[in-house]
Amino acid sequence: MSNDPQAIRRLVVLGRRYDRLFAIVGMMAMMVGILTLAVLLAGLIHDGAERLNWDFFQNFPSRRAERAGILSAIVGSSLVMLITAVTAIPLGVAAGVYLEEYARRNWITEIIEINVTNLAGVPSIVYGLLALGLFVYALDFGQSILSAGLTLALMILPVIIVSTREAIRAIPGAIREGAYALGSTRWQLVRDHILPYSTGGILTGVIIGLARAIGETAPIITIGALTFIAFLPPSPVTGDFPFLSFEWLESPFTVMPIQMFNWLSRPQAPFQVNAAAAGIVLVAMTLLMNGVAIWLRVRFRNRIKW
Amino acid sequence: MVDQTDHSFSVDVASRGDIDSVQGLKAEARNLSFFYGAVQALKSVNMPVYDSRVTALIGPSGCGKSTFLRCFNRMHDLTDHTRYDGEILFHPDNVNILRKSVDPIEVRMRIGMVFQKPNPFPKSIFENVAYGLRVRGEKNRSELADRVETALRDASLWEEVSGRLDSMAFNLSGGQQQRLCIARALATGPELLLFDEPTSALDPNATANIEDLIHRLREKVTILIVTHNMQQAARVSDYTAFMYLGELIEFSDTNTVFTNPNSKQTEDYITGRYG
Ligand SMILES: Nc1ncnc2c1ncn2[C@@H]1O[C@H](COP(=O)(O)OP(=O)(O)O)[C@@H](O)[C@H]1O
Ligand SMILES: [Mg+2]
Repeated sequence: MSNDPQAIRRLVVLGRRYDRLFAIVGMMAMMVGILTLAVLLAGLIHDGAERLNWDFFQNFPSRRAERAGILSAIVGSSLVMLITAVTAIPLGVAAGVYLEEYARRNWITEIIEINVTNLAGVPSIVYGLLALGLFVYALDFGQSILSAGLTLALMILPVIIVSTREAIRAIPGAIREGAYALGSTRWQLVRDHILPYSTGGILTGVIIGLARAIGETAPIITIGALTFIAFLPPSPVTGDFPFLSFEWLESPFTVMPIQMFNWLSRPQAPFQVNAAAAGIVLVAMTLLMNGVAIWLRVRFRNRIKW
Repeated sequence: MVDQTDHSFSVDVASRGDIDSVQGLKAEARNLSFFYGAVQALKSVNMPVYDSRVTALIGPSGCGKSTFLRCFNRMHDLTDHTRYDGEILFHPDNVNILRKSVDPIEVRMRIGMVFQKPNPFPKSIFENVAYGLRVRGEKNRSELADRVETALRDASLWEEVSGRLDSMAFNLSGGQQQRLCIARALATGPELLLFDEPTSALDPNATANIEDLIHRLREKVTILIVTHNMQQAARVSDYTAFMYLGELIEFSDTNTVFTNPNSKQTEDYITGRYG
């Protein structure tokens, strides 16, 4: 090694060249992803925008493409998501908290951890198959909103467990020690500290899971969702005592991606327009959910900085 | 609350015939050994902690000061594969707080702790100080407010924060945060307060404030403080213990330890020859 300034300069110039080269390669890699998405979205909007009017949201499916709408699909998707959220959030959060705060580190928890991570990668149609046997037949929930919601809950459970655990792990050990040193029980620690401080991370995982679930088609078809539904499930609120009804849980239903798939499989061109319009709505719903997730993450991170 | 059926200590003392020496003792480590897995971090330590006094633990880094301190509030119970051996007798109950039958939560309700780095909760100043009371089930608002104010006054923080009790604790400076943690520990009226190098993350000014505070606090609570700063030990403590490689080398009143130590190792350490 010499200290010759000329040699050093040549070395720096060479290094800088690789720097710039990688910047260009990286930029191109990024553009491939972004441009593809942009072209897809533009295509959808070009094909479907003309059908996006108020009627489209208010109408049931119909044999005539111009009069067909997504009302039953939107209501179906919303109710299924409700069931999914109501079951998957408490189960996933409780499991995550248990694994982080209560379970002792030993080979059983190791195996459970590996399994949870792997479950996140199981193809969704396999969940559909499991749900067909378990919810539809064994538990006799039928081809209902309840079965669909539970199926998707099962599917996003690993995502919620993993994000709960990551959020909890971000809490410094010093905070735990501080609470324990004041005489907290484990439950007081979880209720007063662990859950409040990890809410942002948990919600982010929940919404990412739900955004994935709302677009799922395969498992829902597997358990037997119908593709043509021209009615709404019974209302959850009734006129007479006890004013609440759970009949809607057992109702047949359809969801957005299935409605879209149904229209896509028709040969007539006007139905393709409907499919594109439904696609726009679906993408908008997912983007909205992801936007909320990002907003929550930023909000909670600004409030709690370790 | 503590296991009153444990009379083994009194029997033991009677047989030794030195009941008088128990007077003025808040706690006492007896043949205390501690293990992280197979690694022995404390080797049969015997040491008294005198009531209403400040006892300082000094020694080179890694000698087991924190390990020793954290035995007193059973903090090691939170780590897997750790083991205590021997006893820590806590007075006036004469109970060995390391016994399996003694619930560590009970121990921590009576023995508070302040950590090396300030660790306020991401809550308001008020909620930080009130938390220990809430854990004990206190719900009465005026009672909470009173005790939070008293604790903040005792921790010399009241003047600085009385106008903004609802603002987040993270907005305080490092020194204020550490005094907040002291207030948090004081609010529940502990009998013994453990400090693990409470000023090592602070600037000289904040350090001086906390040293003053510790010196004054001994009228309210017995204090056991770990420090790697010998001047600090000399300034704040009544008794000093010197530890080396997991063993207690010397224990005496602070003056003796610093002017006329018994052991060559202590002398070498306080004159700066190692550590
Ligand atoms: N969690 C742990 N697992 C294993 N060994 C530890 C652990 N914590 C501390 N030790 C060891 O125990 C000894 C004493 O550590 P510590 O009490 O932290 O020393 P000090 O506070 O005097 O600097 C050191 O040798 C350290 O490496
Ligand atoms: Mg230490």
